[in-house]
Amino acid sequence: MSPAVDASREPLVRVEAIHTYYGKSHILHGVSLEVGHGEVVGLLGRNGVGKSTTLKAIAGLVPPRQGRVLLEGQPISHLPPHKLARLGIGYVPEDRRVFRLLTVMENLRTGLDRHGVTKARKQALLDKVFAYFPVLAERRSQAGGTLSGGEQQMLASARAMMLEPKIILLDEPTEGLMPRMVGQIRQIIEVLHSEQVAVLLVEQNVPLTLEAGQRIYFMEKGEVRHEAPAADLHVGDAVIHQYMGV
Amino acid sequence: MDLGHLIQSIPFDQVLVQTVNGIVTGMILALVASGLTLIFGIMDVVNFAHGELFMLGAYVGVVTLAATGNFWLALVSATLVITLLGALIHVVVLRPLLGRDPLTTILATFGLSLVLQNYALWQFGPVARQIAEPFGGHFQLFYLDYPWYRLLIAGLSGAIIGGLWLFLKYGSYGIWIRATTQDRVMAQAMGIPVPLVLTSVFAIGAGMAAASGVLFGPLVGVNHAMGLDWVLKAFIVVVVGGMGSLGGSIAASIFISLLEAYAALVVSPAQAVIVSFVVLILTLLFRPTGLFVPTPK
Amino acid sequence: MSARQPVVFWTGFAVVVALLTAAPLVLPEFWGRFLTEILIWGLLAMSSDILIGYTGLVSFGHSAFFGLGMYGAAAALISVRPPSLWLALPYGLIAAAAVAAFVAYFATRLRDIYFAITTLIFSQIFYVVIFTWTALTGGENGLTFRRPPLAIPGLFSLRFTPEVMHWFVLAVVVLSYLVLRRITRSPFGMVLQSIRENEARTRAVGYAVERYKMVAVMLSGLFAGLAGVLYALQNQFAAPDFVYFLVSGEAVIYNVIGGIGTLVGPIVGAAFFLLLREGLSRFLTEFYLIPVGIIFIAIVIFLPQGLLGFARRWLNR
Repeated sequence: MSPAVDASREPLVRVEAIHTYYGKSHILHGVSLEVGHGEVVGLLGRNGVGKSTTLKAIAGLVPPRQGRVLLEGQPISHLPPHKLARLGIGYVPEDRRVFRLLTVMENLRTGLDRHGVTKARKQALLDKVFAYFPVLAERRSQAGGTLSGGEQQMLASARAMMLEPKIILLDEPTEGLMPRMVGQIRQIIEVLHSEQVAVLLVEQNVPLTLEAGQRIYFMEKGEVRHEAPAADLHVGDAVIHQYMGV
Repeated sequence: MDLGHLIQSIPFDQVLVQTVNGIVTGMILALVASGLTLIFGIMDVVNFAHGELFMLGAYVGVVTLAATGNFWLALVSATLVITLLGALIHVVVLRPLLGRDPLTTILATFGLSLVLQNYALWQFGPVARQIAEPFGGHFQLFYLDYPWYRLLIAGLSGAIIGGLWLFLKYGSYGIWIRATTQDRVMAQAMGIPVPLVLTSVFAIGAGMAAASGVLFGPLVGVNHAMGLDWVLKAFIVVVVGGMGSLGGSIAASIFISLLEAYAALVVSPAQAVIVSFVVLILTLLFRPTGLFVPTPK
Repeated sequence: MSARQPVVFWTGFAVVVALLTAAPLVLPEFWGRFLTEILIWGLLAMSSDILIGYTGLVSFGHSAFFGLGMYGAAAALISVRPPSLWLALPYGLIAAAAVAAFVAYFATRLRDIYFAITTLIFSQIFYVVIFTWTALTGGENGLTFRRPPLAIPGLFSLRFTPEVMHWFVLAVVVLSYLVLRRITRSPFGMVLQSIRENEARTRAVGYAVERYKMVAVMLSGLFAGLAGVLYALQNQFAAPDFVYFLVSGEAVIYNVIGGIGTLVGPIVGAAFFLLLREGLSRFLTEFYLIPVGIIFIAIVIFLPQGLLGFARRWLNR
């Protein structure tokens, strides 16, 4: 993997002690974490500890009641999700959520059709994405709902890339995919990393996360409890057992 | 007299004339209903005030026509003015209700319909106004001098609906609207300004209603209560056609209007409206998702 | 419901009833009759609250129930000599119940929005039928008739003066309120509220949701019909206007203004609306609905709990 991030720079995304609620339920109890420019960070934890909610809070889909989210030092937690997408936060949710009735091309266009992007640059983006994911080029006129799970994952990631984001929030990309597809996910993360796009990866798949990530956070009961460089962790370590309960 | 005799006693050319009438009325109803379907299908908003937008469009048409003498100018200005009004209504009344119980939008638009109706009554009085046809001229349809104008409005309605369909299918805004319909949250995550999209859709629906109001104006008088009957029928069409289905509401509009036109041959027009009610009841009993949509699995 | 102490509640209740009983003796005749009308519309709104506030179903069909209660009573009073109060009541209630059963059968399979629209359309169906079936219903002109005496044959017979009418209406409305209150607090009422909160979950737990909804509609229709009977008695005529869906709309307005799900709220809402209308119509003649409509919209947006809800929150500070 690429060299460690320069720690003296302001992190790309900083989450400061955010609390979120769902009705009366207190979901996040003061989550804090950081993602540096171009860094791949993993977020591990059991089901229901609040990992997805953390991503949603960063994407603006679940505004925190307390605490702040900062993008390049600017507070963003009060902004609506569509503005955050324009500012460079890409989001690939659990179960992909491609627009099932739109074609592959139209799905990509939801991110591609932005103001201030020249036709040439749009074409370059498309060419790049089709080069990384030739299958999408083949299926470009097919409806999103007709693609296989792995192809939908590619489409969802490619779609987020159309925004030319600074960071992509990946929520359990291997969920529901056959084990041999995990390699594909690894490839997607590598592609993003080579484009200097930061990645915050929420996963249940520990080996993938340890391989792809540079730093790992561990969450439990709505809080971040532990942090360690990926290089120091191995599958089977006690700390993994503690937070994954496997 | 039994049914057999009844049917035989109606001259065939009357039936054909009613067929044409039915289609013409059906196309206008389709235009009104498609605005409603658009709003409902995309935004899950039941717009009780839709009939009033239709009515106000007709009034703007009356005023513009009186000032300029030009029918087409009246049509365009009514559409523009009411489109803006629709946007204003959405921003002021409906945006604050986003995310709340759908019941509240029913109530709010119902209140709006009362306000708009009485506003029209206040400004224009209870006496019906007229919009003159842009051109006269008839052609021989069997025993009748059938006005060209009626064919024109059927054609124009079709053209507007067709334009809407094209707009939705191609073009970036069409993609934005369709994405918002399918997954509002994900659309936002893709940078689509969803509140703006919702407001524009509502405004477009309003504009379409206004255009129908002006087009239909010459056929009936323009008065403050004209919206009520239309909105009722439009709702029936939307339910029978399958809520949210543009094609379905067009088919249902024509279907119901044809049936009513035929019924008007045997009963009074006031009673002919029962036809649409009966169709609704039958639809609810046997195909509640809509007559013209494929039954979901 | 609120956590008010029963003692406080019943004391307040007794005070209000006492005031309402004394009212026709102190108020000028116009206002006395006005108060009686408020009670009748309040009953209609209360019946509508069963559906909106407790079951979560917006219905625009109440005008059909109300109108048919009215016409049913009219039928009894016109066709049977001498006119009997105790015939008018069941005629009206049965007519309303029949309509409610009809509406219930179709509409309860539908969820929220479809239900609202369908009930509206049903109102209009009945309106058209009544309007055009002139031979039976007098068409546009409606039916007029004389008030029967308040009589129990063999025991006593009282003429329905405005005061007696008012007390009769008050008695009926108070009784209805108590009955409805009892029902909404019963296990049945709890199921209705659970349907309002989360229909899918209620169904999953095993309740036959459609059947509960149907009973709710019929219950609601019955009391709406009762209001219709009272209206017929009070005003001595029946007209198709009352079957037009706008009447249902007004009932819904009273509910929202007063506060849904409270039973008392709708009566408060009716009083507020009718007083506002009376007041404004002196200045603005027919266009009072414009400011009233605006106030209504504002309440929907800013005070979703209605006036009662707002007062409750304010008092709890």
